[in-house]
Order: sequence, then structure tokens, then C-alpha cells
Amino acid sequence: MANDVWVYIEHKDGAIAPMSFELLGIGKQLADAFGSSVCAFVVGDKVDDLAKEAGAYGAAKVYAVEGDVFKGFRGEAYAKAAAFLLDKYKPEIALFRATIMGTDVAAGAAAQLGFGLCTDTIGLAVDGGKVKMTRAAFGGNYSVSVVNEKAAPQIATVRPKAFAMGEKDVSKSAEVIKESFALADADLSTKVVEFIQSATSVNLVEADIIVSGGRGLGNEQGFTVLQQLADLLGGAVGASRAAVDSEWIPYEHQVGQTGKTVKPKIYIACGISGAIQHLAGMRTSDCIVAINKDPDAPIFKAATFGIVGDYKEVVPKMIEKFKSKLGK
Amino acid sequence: MKIAVCLKQVPDTEAEIKWDIPKGTLSRDGMDSITNPFDEFALEEALLTKENYDGEIVAISMGPEGAKDVLRNALALTVDQVALCTDDAFAGSDTYSTASVLAAAIKKVGDVDVVFAGKQSTDGNTGVVGAELAAILGFSPLTQVAKVRSIDAAGKKIVVERAVEGGTEVVEAKLPAVVSVIKGINEPRLPNLMGIRKASKIDIPQWSAGDLGVDAGKVGAAGASTKVVEIAVPPPRGAGEILKGEIEEIANTITDKLIDLKVIK
Ligand SMILES: Cc1cc2nc3c(=O)[nH]c(=O)nc-3n(C[C@H](O)[C@H](O)[C@H](O)COP(=O)(O)OP(=O)(O)OC[C@H]3O[C@@H](n4cnc5c(N)ncnc54)[C@H](O)[C@@H]3O)c2cc1C
Ligand SMILES: Nc1ncnc2c1ncn2[C@@H]1O[C@H](COP(=O)(O)O)[C@@H](O)[C@H]1O
Repeated sequence: MANDVWVYIEHKDGAIAPMSFELLGIGKQLADAFGSSVCAFVVGDKVDDLAKEAGAYGAAKVYAVEGDVFKGFRGEAYAKAAAFLLDKYKPEIALFRATIMGTDVAAGAAAQLGFGLCTDTIGLAVDGGKVKMTRAAFGGNYSVSVVNEKAAPQIATVRPKAFAMGEKDVSKSAEVIKESFALADADLSTKVVEFIQSATSVNLVEADIIVSGGRGLGNEQGFTVLQQLADLLGGAVGASRAAVDSEWIPYEHQVGQTGKTVKPKIYIACGISGAIQHLAGMRTSDCIVAINKDPDAPIFKAATFGIVGDYKEVVPKMIEKFKSKLGK
Repeated sequence: MKIAVCLKQVPDTEAEIKWDIPKGTLSRDGMDSITNPFDEFALEEALLTKENYDGEIVAISMGPEGAKDVLRNALALTVDQVALCTDDAFAGSDTYSTASVLAAAIKKVGDVDVVFAGKQSTDGNTGVVGAELAAILGFSPLTQVAKVRSIDAAGKKIVVERAVEGGTEVVEAKLPAVVSVIKGINEPRLPNLMGIRKASKIDIPQWSAGDLGVDAGKVGAAGASTKVVEIAVPPPRGAGEILKGEIEEIANTITDKLIDLKVIK
């Protein structure tokens, strides 16, 4: 029988963020195909609440390493503890979210175990007794599927929002297995000395709705209008590289090959031409709305809904309509 | 201080990508190549570090012979030493094999205090080689670095700012360290004509698996643990619908359609 499927629970200071449990849904599907169980694993200074929540999201067991040394987020320490758990239990596959935190832990752990991993995975299926991991390559023009035939566990980081979250059922609970893993401050070479909260707290990767602007906005003020629409919809503001390079908006908002890869439910592109490097970062969004003056702009080929027009007229009209329809 | 920088040659993003489907690798013949855009920031950070703290830079690349071009560009920008890790045995490497070869090269250089790398490559796009390199070498892993605050080579200490979810993390780490940098950390400079001319005359050393002491069976296609089993062209997105009519009407339709998706709360 195949081994269990493991899902890594990322967190910061033990805070519960529902998205952290996102992969338990696909994890369960894979485990069902194997006839095994989906389990969670977590590293932190206090993990009980996280373990309880993981149980409610469907984890049969939660493997945990706990200790003061794991206070805050320390990629180096977390990767060591994760590698220890994976090496001891050798699950079939370990899934991490393809976030900065998740990738640090996954890459560090894989290298300690001595093998490669599949990053930013968008497809997972059991095939021939192994998990086939599919990712986009070259701006999404190709998809490549890989299997790790040599190593157990296979390791994958998974694009946030690529799979539907499992249902939460508070009547369910998981068996918690705490492992002791001795790690002292002296064993570590990095230390977080300060955390500066971002003023804007753009979380593009987690956002369900993104309103994005490009060079076509013409100036910095254009983003004020986009921000209004985003606020109204509870979304975040994104940007093309041209807008970032014009210094209308900081780099952390950039979507695309050299920016962030996003997969929101709604992506509204305003004044963005749709260069392949931009498409690379957003083409897997569920619904794409393109607003562009030029009917021949390539963005229309990727759009679910296209609006040929000036964003300066279209966006304020949309804001007006949304306000009245949503009663805001 | 001894500074290393890892530079990867990647296909120009405008270039047409050709896959060697049976082998599951890129066929790089006749394709325009450039230095991975993120690595230009890594190289600039190495140059700034050398200028601010004194030291020497060695630029390392793993790839086919053609990857010499990226090293020549680095030489034109006055790095002190370069090495191209090239061997038929390296072809088809996965991230771990790549990181192992680069780790072996850094060990061969010896006494390296800080290794700069890019956040990710625009072809492989995995963004993990830096972290894997740190884990293999036992160096401090510092990813997503937006700013290097200070480096104290004598005290073996480095302080950096990392751009992470929700803010900036200030991290103090021991040297040696692997620092992978993000866009915007600096403004990469361009080589001048004299630099280019000088660089064109320099012989670029090549290191094979044997030179590096890596087991050829453990790297490249033979050693790769992740094996490509399928390459496909994803189905194009369904032809979109262009909304027609007056602005008023269009705005009405699009807001209805978006509200119908039940995503907006
Ligand atoms: C190695 C590399 C990496 C790159 N990485 C990225 C990346 O990560 N992300 C990224 O976005 N780009 C990236 N690029 C750049 C990319 O190639 C394009 O140059 C960029 O995406 C163009 O941005 P844009 O669409 O905003 O601007 P443009 O291409 O100039 O398009 C502006 C659009 O706005 C429209 N417009 C003008 N006025 C209005 C108006 N009033 N109302 C409505 N529409 C209007 C125009 O018709 C036009 O289509 C990269 C390039 C390279 C070489
Ligand atoms: N073949 C290579 N030669 C030199 N450096 C590399 C190579 N592959 C990856 N790197 C370095 O590792 C970083 C991350 O690459 P990747 O994990 O492929 O996205 C790059 O920005 C480079 O600095």
C-alpha cells in the first residue's frame, strides 16, 4: 500500500490563516487514489491550535515538531525540522504552498534530503503508482509533467489557489504526533532581528480579485481609480512591469514573469497590452477582464471578457454600477 | 572578501522556444540567449559589494559552451575570475543536480564568503537553486533579498532585508551565506566598450565533472530525480467575448457577469 500524502501547514507565529489548509483538499484526493490517508505536518513554537484546525480540514494525523527555537518564521530551522519528519516517515508526497515561506522550507528540506522538487505545481494526479506533478513552463506556453522516481517522498510546491479548498468540519479531529527534534539557536546561522510590516500589505498571491494597471493608465493617478475599484470589490491592485518601471507603483505589485504569479478568480487588466511576460503571471486566472483602447491588443486573446475602450471612462462607470448593485 | 555570483544563460523571452520532446529538455540550438534577468541584479550586487568592502569576484555558470557569453559579459563588467561548469554529463540536470554542480564549483574556488544568485531563472523558473545551494554548502540561506544592509567579513556577519509576505524581514546571518536577490535591489550597470574589448580576449576556464570531483552518475539526466514524463501545449483559453455597445450598457453587462460569479462579497 502506498504511503500517506502529507501537507505542510505554513503559518506565522501560530496565526491561523484558512489558506494554510488549502492543500488538504487535493491531498485528500491523492490519498484516496492511493488508498492511504492525508496527513498534515507542522513546525512551530506552539502548534496545538494549528493541529486542531488541520483536523477540521480533513487531516487524519498531524505530525509536529515544536520548540522555542521555531518562534517567528525561520526558514532555515523549519526546513531542518521538515526534512527530519519527511526522512523519518517517508510519505508518498509532501505538498507545500508555492509562497515565499513554503518555498524556503520545501527547497531547504529537499536539498537536505538530497533531491529535487517540482515547484509551482498546477496539476497533481496519481499515475502508475506515483504522483505526476504538472507545472507551467515558458510563460504557460507549455506544461511539463514530472515524476520523482528515485526519491521518497516526492516534494512539490503548489501554486496558491490552483486547487479548491476542502470543506471544514469542526466535528473532525486529527491524531497529533509530536516528534522531538533537538535544534538549538547555536545550530542555526540566521536570525530574524526585526519585522517591518508593509504599509500597504499587498497580498496579490492570496487575493481572489485583482485589478491591474499598465502603461495605458498614463500616470500614477490612474492607480487611485483602480484602487477604488479594488477596495469596492475587496481585491488587491496589481501592475504590469511598464507601470512599475514608470515608478507609478512599487515592485511588490508587479505581475508576470519577473513579478508575481497569480491565480485570482477575477483579474481585471486595465491599459495592459498583454505581453507574454505579463500573461505568464496571470493567464491561469479563472476570469480575465481586459479593458484596452486598442481592439488588437493581445490581451484580448487571453480575456474572458473584453472591453474596447478608455479605462478612464469604463472603470468609473463600473464603480458606479457596482456601488448601486452591491448596495455599497 | 571573496564573492561568488551564479549566472545562468536563458533563452531570450522573445525567442521561440523549442523542446526536444523525447529528451524532455530544451533544444538551445539557434536560439537567442541572454543573461537571466534576475542574475543581472545578482552581478550588480556582487560589484557593489566589491566596491564597498573590497574583495574579489568569481562568476560561475553551468551550461553548454555558449553560456560563455554571460561570463564574458561579467568579465566586461570587471569581475576578477570566471568559470564555466560544462560537461555532457551535466545536461538534463534538475534543480538539485544544478545546485550540486554549482556547490562543487564554489568549493573549488574556496574560502568564498558570500554567494549571490538571482531569485529565479526565467526559463527554469523554479526559484529554488539558491536555497538548495545554501543547504548543500551549509551556508546561511538568505532568499528574496531586497537590500544588503551590511557585510562584516572579519566578523563573519551579514545583515539583509528580505521582502516576504506582509512585509520586510531583517535577518542577521553568519557568513558564508548564499544571497538570492530580487528585482529592484539595485540598478544593473552596462559594460563599456573597453571592458567588452578586454573581455573578448580572455580565455574562459571550463570545469568538467572530473575537474569538480562530482560523480557524473549523480548529476545531469542520469542523476536527476525529477524526470519529465510529458510535455504538452495547454489548451488555449476559450475565445473571449468582446462586450459591445455604449459604455453604460457595457458597464451594466460586465458588472452583472462579475457579480454572477459569486466571488464578490
Ligand atoms: C525578461 C523580461 C521580463 C519581463 N517581465 C515582465 C513582468 O513580470 N510583468 C510584466 O508585466 N511585463 C514584463 N516584461 C515586459 C513586457 O514585455 C511588456 O513590456 C510589459 O508587460 C508592457 O506593459 P504594459 O502592457 O503596461 O504596456 P504597453 O505594452 O505599453 O501597453 C499599454 C496598453 O495600454 C493601452 N492603453 C493606452 N491608453 C489606454 C487607455 N486610456 N485606456 C485603456 N487602454 C489604454 C494600449 O492600447 C496598450 O495596449 C518583461 C520583459 C522582459 C524582456
Ligand atoms: N545553470 C546555472 N548556472 C549558474 N547559475 C544558476 C544556474 N541555474 C540556476 N542558477 C542560479 O540560481 C538562481 C535561481 O534559479 P532557478 O532555481 O533555476 O529559478 C538563478 O537566478 C541563478 O543565480
